[in-house]
Formats: sequence, structure tokens, C-alpha cells
Amino acid sequence: MTTRRIFLRNSALAMVGAGSAPLWLTRALYAAGAPAPRKKVLIAIFQRGAADGLNVVVPHGEKAYYDLRPTIAVPPPARGRDDAALDLDGFFGLHPSLAPLKGLFDEGRLAIVDAVGSPDPTRSHFDAQDFMESGTPGLKATDSGWMNRALRPEHGKISPVRAVAMGPTLPRSMCGREPAVAVQDLAGFQIGDAQAAGEFEKLYADSPDPSLRSAARETFEAVAMLQSIRKQPYTPAGGAQYPRGRFGDSLRQIAQLIKADAGVEMAFADIGGWDHHVNELGQRASEGQLANLLREFGQALSAFWRDMGDRMEDVALVTMSEFGRTARENGNRGTDHGHANCMFAMGGPIRGGKVYGRWPGLQKEQLYEGRDLAETTDFRDVLGELVARHSGNPSLDGVFPGYTPRFPGLV
Amino acid sequence: MHKRAVAGSLFLFCMFGFAGAAGRFSAQIPKDGKIRHALSRLTFGPRPGDAERVRAMGLKKWIDLQLHPSRIPENPVLEAKLKALDSLYMTSEELVFNYPTPQIARLMASGQMAYPDDPDRRMMIRKLAARFQQAQEQAGPAQPAIADLLTPEQIRTLRAGTPQQRLTAFEALPAEKQDEVIEAMPGVRLALFDAAPPPLRRRIELAGGPQQVVARDLLEGKLLRAIYGNRQLEEVLTDFWFNHFNIYLDKGADHYLVTEYERDVIRPLVLGKFKDLLNATAKSPAMLFYLDNWQSVAPSGRTAGPARRGLNENYARELLELHTLGVDGGYTQKDVTEVARCFTGWTISQPQRGGGFQFNPRAHDDGEKIVLGTRIPAGGGIEDGERVLDILASHPSTAHFISWKLAQRFVADDPPKPLVESMARTFLKTRGGLREVMTAMLASKEFWSTDAYRCKVKSPLEFVASAVRSVNGDVDYAVSLANQVGQLGQPLYRKQEPTGYSNSSAQWLNTAGLLARMNFALQLAANRVPGVKMDPAGAAGLGGPAGVALGSPEFQKR
Repeated sequence: MTTRRIFLRNSALAMVGAGSAPLWLTRALYAAGAPAPRKKVLIAIFQRGAADGLNVVVPHGEKAYYDLRPTIAVPPPARGRDDAALDLDGFFGLHPSLAPLKGLFDEGRLAIVDAVGSPDPTRSHFDAQDFMESGTPGLKATDSGWMNRALRPEHGKISPVRAVAMGPTLPRSMCGREPAVAVQDLAGFQIGDAQAAGEFEKLYADSPDPSLRSAARETFEAVAMLQSIRKQPYTPAGGAQYPRGRFGDSLRQIAQLIKADAGVEMAFADIGGWDHHVNELGQRASEGQLANLLREFGQALSAFWRDMGDRMEDVALVTMSEFGRTARENGNRGTDHGHANCMFAMGGPIRGGKVYGRWPGLQKEQLYEGRDLAETTDFRDVLGELVARHSGNPSLDGVFPGYTPRFPGLV
Repeated sequence: MHKRAVAGSLFLFCMFGFAGAAGRFSAQIPKDGKIRHALSRLTFGPRPGDAERVRAMGLKKWIDLQLHPSRIPENPVLEAKLKALDSLYMTSEELVFNYPTPQIARLMASGQMAYPDDPDRRMMIRKLAARFQQAQEQAGPAQPAIADLLTPEQIRTLRAGTPQQRLTAFEALPAEKQDEVIEAMPGVRLALFDAAPPPLRRRIELAGGPQQVVARDLLEGKLLRAIYGNRQLEEVLTDFWFNHFNIYLDKGADHYLVTEYERDVIRPLVLGKFKDLLNATAKSPAMLFYLDNWQSVAPSGRTAGPARRGLNENYARELLELHTLGVDGGYTQKDVTEVARCFTGWTISQPQRGGGFQFNPRAHDDGEKIVLGTRIPAGGGIEDGERVLDILASHPSTAHFISWKLAQRFVADDPPKPLVESMARTFLKTRGGLREVMTAMLASKEFWSTDAYRCKVKSPLEFVASAVRSVNGDVDYAVSLANQVGQLGQPLYRKQEPTGYSNSSAQWLNTAGLLARMNFALQLAANRVPGVKMDPAGAAGLGGPAGVALGSPEFQKR
């Protein structure tokens, strides 16, 4: 078996080098010998800047929400109003910009976890992102990320894009011992000059330094694989329309990699701009900064779903943001740094159509430190369940050391 | 064993296979390789002719000079280039004032704060305040229509002319129109930059927001010094010690505090006493802000600020773990808390205005503390923290940890134990004399051993700077080079974690990084990195096409 796989690999890469690898061969290359032809894929989306969870998943059944936010609350669901919350379960509603996701929730494909977050009290973006990505709240010395630790050490041939992050550098979540690649865009992941590329490949293959040799081998394999994938012009399926911008591009390229059977198991993308201290919403809740950003966010996720079609069966996608924002609006029609937030999970294995997590309430005495939504679910409970039950890695102690996740029952 | 050392030793084990432990780091580099080794370790890579210059002077004398940077006249080319980056010479307070945030600009516009004297700057700040006001009021940005401002002929020249034609057309416009063009035509702005004289460059940079200039100057300064500086070892050490006492530029007020920190706290002390360096970082607003100590108050402290504040252990922990003893240096959680109590009240007078260090006795925990077994009696005030720094600076674990880290950077990923021990003895004997520790390392047989020779992978900064140096590149502006360093995985001044970047080779061996290195090499060789021109005569020395030589595995090593 091993021999066959190596043969396939070498011939495929040779053909790729000659510019003629057929897609079936690339597919066979990474599927050969594996018991399940399709990999389970876990995708993490980071909303950097601390999204205001209370205006994303709106607790319209809670009077205190409207008391705390006289000018930037999302109105309760109302027929015929396009600036009102979209009711989910009689208590929570989605921000109107997330209309593209409402159907997914109703079909039981999208789950929401509310009042979820990190137990660490920090309100620093910098620390909180770090803790959430390392997966070890309160511990700064952790030198790897939770997604990298969630990859099980594998022997034999590993796909060069097994763990892939869309962006210029490898995010903290993916740093660590297992190989992981950062890809800014698929088109750019190549060596500009073909002749030089050949010379580099030879020079590195002959290098006496084994570390450089193997890093270069991984690089050239990833380049070759992405080159063959790029050859097929990509049209999103099902008429999916990704929004313009980096986030939509990231999700489209992740879909492209998964559908090309490139061997992706972990993927990461991020979207910034959630730090709304001033004028969070416009005169109407469906306008303004948060509304615009949520529109992009919701459209991208829903386009990804449509594009993936039945391939979504193998995929779980989860979103997170470093912390939530103050329950009370501030003096500039914005919100300041807070505590708990909401997370979305969607995909084939997700039991959606439900808002998970215990709602702690927004009365003064129910708020964390008298000002923020309290955390009743640890973010590691959500991620841990996905890693264990979806990605099939039961050794969570290695992924979230010192913490035993309590699964909310999403999968 | 130190965690990072384990990773390093695995790497070396792979590299050298079964070389006997006893024999490692003993075989010496042949004489003709020594100069190359010294240049690759103590500088940002040799320029054409450097080896000959060192040979003429004598290696020993060259090393001695590098250890005494004040005796080396600085390169006038560097000085001229740095002069244009005026923010590098300002105090934190001056930075806030001259390159304000939108909030500060608003204070100026509303008369609550004075404007800077410079008329260009004053106008820019007025505009910034107006823009900020518009954003507040949610009015759409009032972009002037280009067609109303300029004739079609002018627009054509600005959009499509040669750099010189564009500049001439631009300079022919009246001053207000120039500003409108800079603001409304980002493409023209970029194209003009190449041909623009320094004052116009500054105006173009200001259009991106005055606070961007502060970061930009820092990045440019770092690259220019690495590429052009004559005091190369001082620059390498400044990079090392900044990274050891890391600060993150994008954490709030630190945006305006890093310039002064690197210039006045780190650089002058890199070959001084460790204790002075430690003290200076502990009292620097940049560190106090970055590791939150400025907000740390005694649990019972009666401060005017929000009531939720209390003890913050952040600085105390990193001080022990990263700055001095090392993670296995023999301290407990209790020590962390006690150290944090000692530093309560060490704060900043006005962090958002570039203010300085301040001790606030009302926030200080005045009770007795016990740190690493030493009793610090009640009532010590500011001296509690100073006492802690004394204890730490002369602690054997600190001597060992600092020596190990220097040896990891300069000798090998898994530095030989006898070398580290001998450096640590020098550290203790000389009360933390960093020049003496470096001298001891440079006199050791391990430093000059074949096992140390070219065994380190360059960091992205080392790679980019050494590539430009090796082709005698002429750097007109260094922003693109700095961005390249970031693309390779080492955004300068932007390492969020207090750990700083790793000094171990393994850190820099990943697919995206390697690919980006090869592409950078090709771009540089094709003169496609904006602001940089390769010297063909300099590149000739590389043997073969410059792009392939600079992207080759051999060039990744030092």
C-alpha cells in the first residue's frame, strides 16, 4: 500500500511539474490508502476586535437589554420591519443583517451558543485573542495553538495543506509542531519565475541540512498541489455569491481546497473590525458599522454553505471573538470591552436550530463585574466537542491542557 | 531542561546525527573561515568587501571595536537617511503632540490643546479632526471631485506620466490643491512617492493618518540601521534585547512609547550592566503599559480610578519567567504574587499623553513581602520594587538564563553547556557585565567551532537585511523591506506575546516562510522591491544569478 501511495505521489508530482496532472490523480494521491476517502474538516473563524454578541444574537425577550441600550438596541421582531431582530426561539433573535443565516438555523443546520467565552477576566484584545487562540486562558507561555494540537500526529504521507490558514502569517491558533501553511491567496502561492523555481527545488533537495530540505519539500509539494488545483477554473456551486473582500475570498478558497480533495483537515480565516466603541449602529439597527460588517459576515457564511453543497456533511465551522462588549451602551452610541459573547457552529454534524448555553440574565446583579454578560459556557467546551466528536481526536487533554471540556451536545 | 531548549536539541540532533557529545563544539573553524563566521554572527551579514576590510584590520581588533560601538564613527549615509525620519528623535510626549491620534486631534481642534507650530502639520491635524467629526456624525466623506479640481491634462499627467512628469505636474499645483490630490487620489500618492523629495514624502505619509508615521519611521529606522549601520553588533544586540524585553507596538498607548523605549532604554545599555537594563525597562512607560503594571494597585489601595482595579500579576510573572530567572529558574506562584505586590504603585503619569514613570504611594501595598526567600520589610515604598530587581539581577538563575539565551542567538540552537556555564560565571563575577559576557563568549572555543559554523537559520529580519547588504543595495525608503520582513513571519515591533520571537532556527522553517523568502530573493534581484536598487557590481560577487543565490538554502544560514 505504501509503495502504491508513494508511486502515485511521485508520478503525480512529476506530472504536475510537467503541468499536466489530472485532478483525479491529485485526488487519488491523497485519498489512496486512507480508510475514509473524505477527511473531516474543522474550520475556525475568528472575529477580531470583540464583536458585540448582544447585538448579534439579540435577547429581545429580556427587558433589561432595551433599558441598557436606549439608542443602539435592535428592535424586537416585528412583521414588516426590516430593521428588527429575526426571531429564533421567542427569546433570542438574529440581527437583521444576518438574514442569510436565518434559514440555516430554521433548518437545524446552524447552532448558536450564547453567554460563551473565556473564564479569564482580561479585557485586553491582545491578551484575550492570545488566550483564545492558544486555548489556554491565563497562560501566556503556551507556545502552540489549539488547532495545531488538535491535529493528531500522522505518519506516512501528509497533505501539504492539511492545516491551512488564509492570511499572510500563520495565526497563533495554528502554530505548533504539526505542519501548517499560511496561504495569502491560492493564486499567489507559487514561485514567480518558473526557471528559478526548478533551480530552487534542486538546490534544496541537495541541501545538507535536513530541516531545510524537509521544509522545502513541504513547500514545493504545496506549491505543486495548489498549482494543479488552480488549473481548474473555480466557479462556486449553487450560484453562491461570496461578498467582496478578504473574508469572502478566504471562505471561497477554503471551499475550493476542500472540494478539490486536497486533504484539508483544519482551516482558519479571520475577519477584523468589530471594535465598535463609537456609533455601533446607524439611526436604524439595520444600518451602520456593525450592520454592514454582519452583512458581509452572514453573506460569506451562507455563500460558503451553498457552495459546499453536500460536501458540508464533512465540515464543521465554528466562529469566535475574543470577548463580548458591555451590556450598557457607552456615551458615544457604542460599547466598550466586556466579557461573554456568542459563537456560531454550522455544518453537517451540527445539531442546529437551537440556542445553547444557560442565559445568565442582564439585571445588574446578574452581570459580570456589574457590567458585562456573564460567561456560563467555556469556549473550550464548544471547541473541545468539535475536536473530539467531529474531528475524532479524543485526547483533549493535549488540546486543552488542564481543562476538561463539558460538551454542550452540539454534535 | 528549558522547554525551548528541547526543541532546539532535537533540531541539532537531526542535523548532526550521531556526532559524539564529547567531541561536539571542539573542532575549530579553519583560519580562513573565521572572518566569514564572525561577520555572519556579529553583523546583519557581510557586504561586498567586508571580509577584506576585516582582514586588513585584523579580526581581533575588529571584534574589539564592535564591542565598543562608541569608538566606531557612524556611517554618514545612514545618518542622512535617518534624519528624514524626524519622529525617531522625538520624546513620547512630542510624538503624541506632533503625530496625534484622532482623539488628540479633536482636542486641538476644539482648543483644549495647542497645535504644533509647523503649519503643514497644523493643517493636517485640522483635517484629521474634521474627518473624525464627520465619521462621528455619520456624514459621508466629503471627497472633492477630482474633475472640479484639475484640468483633464493635469489628471492625465498625474495618473500616467513618468515619475518626474508627475512630480512636476504636482508641484505646479497650488498648495491646497496638492493636499486635495494627495487625499483624493491614492494611486497618484503612491506613484509620486518614488520621485518625491523628503518633505513631500512626509506630507504623503501624513495623509494616511499622522499616527501611522510613528510606526513607519520605526520600521524604516530598524531596516536602515541593520543595512547601513557601522555599529553592527550594537544593532544586532539592540534587536536581541528589544526582543528579550519585548513590547507590542499596537497595544494602545504603546504606539507612542516604543520609539523612546528602543532609543533610550534598550540601545544605550546593550553592552552595559544587565541590572541597569532591567531597571530601565522596569521603569519605562512602554513596559509598564505593555504588561499592565501601571494599573496594578494594592487590593486595599485607595485610588481615584475605577473601583474594579486590583493587583495585576502580569508584569511580575513575565519579569521572573522571561526577563530574568527563566521558566525553570526556581520561583513559585507565591513569588509571583509577592513580586506583584512589590511593584504596586509603579505607574505612568499620563500614558495617553506620553507621560513618564511615576510612583504612586497611594496605590502601593506597604505590607511585608517575601521574595525568593528574602524578607522585604513593610514600609519600603518604591524601594520594594528596586529591591526585587536587585535580587533578580544578581541571581544565579538569571546569570544562567541570560547566558543561555545569548549563546542560543550567537552560537547554536542548543548551546553547549560548558559554554553557558562559563558565560554565567562571567556574568556573576562582573555583576552582570554584558560586554564581559559577550567577550567571554567570543573568546570561547565553542563559538569558533565547526559545529557552530553556519548552523543557524536566519530570522526574517536577518535574511532581508543580509540580502540587501550582500548586493550592496541602495535603499531609498525601507517600508517595503519592512513589510517583507512581516510577510516572512516577523512583523517588526508587532510580536504580541511578551516572549518575543524565538531565537531558534526551527521557528523560521515553515512552508509559507520559505516560499516567501525565495520570492523576495527573486524580486530583489529583479529590482522589483520598491525603494531598493541592487548594485550590479555588488551582486556579481554572489556567483550565479542573484535571485537564485539569495533564495538558496545556503543563504538562509548564518
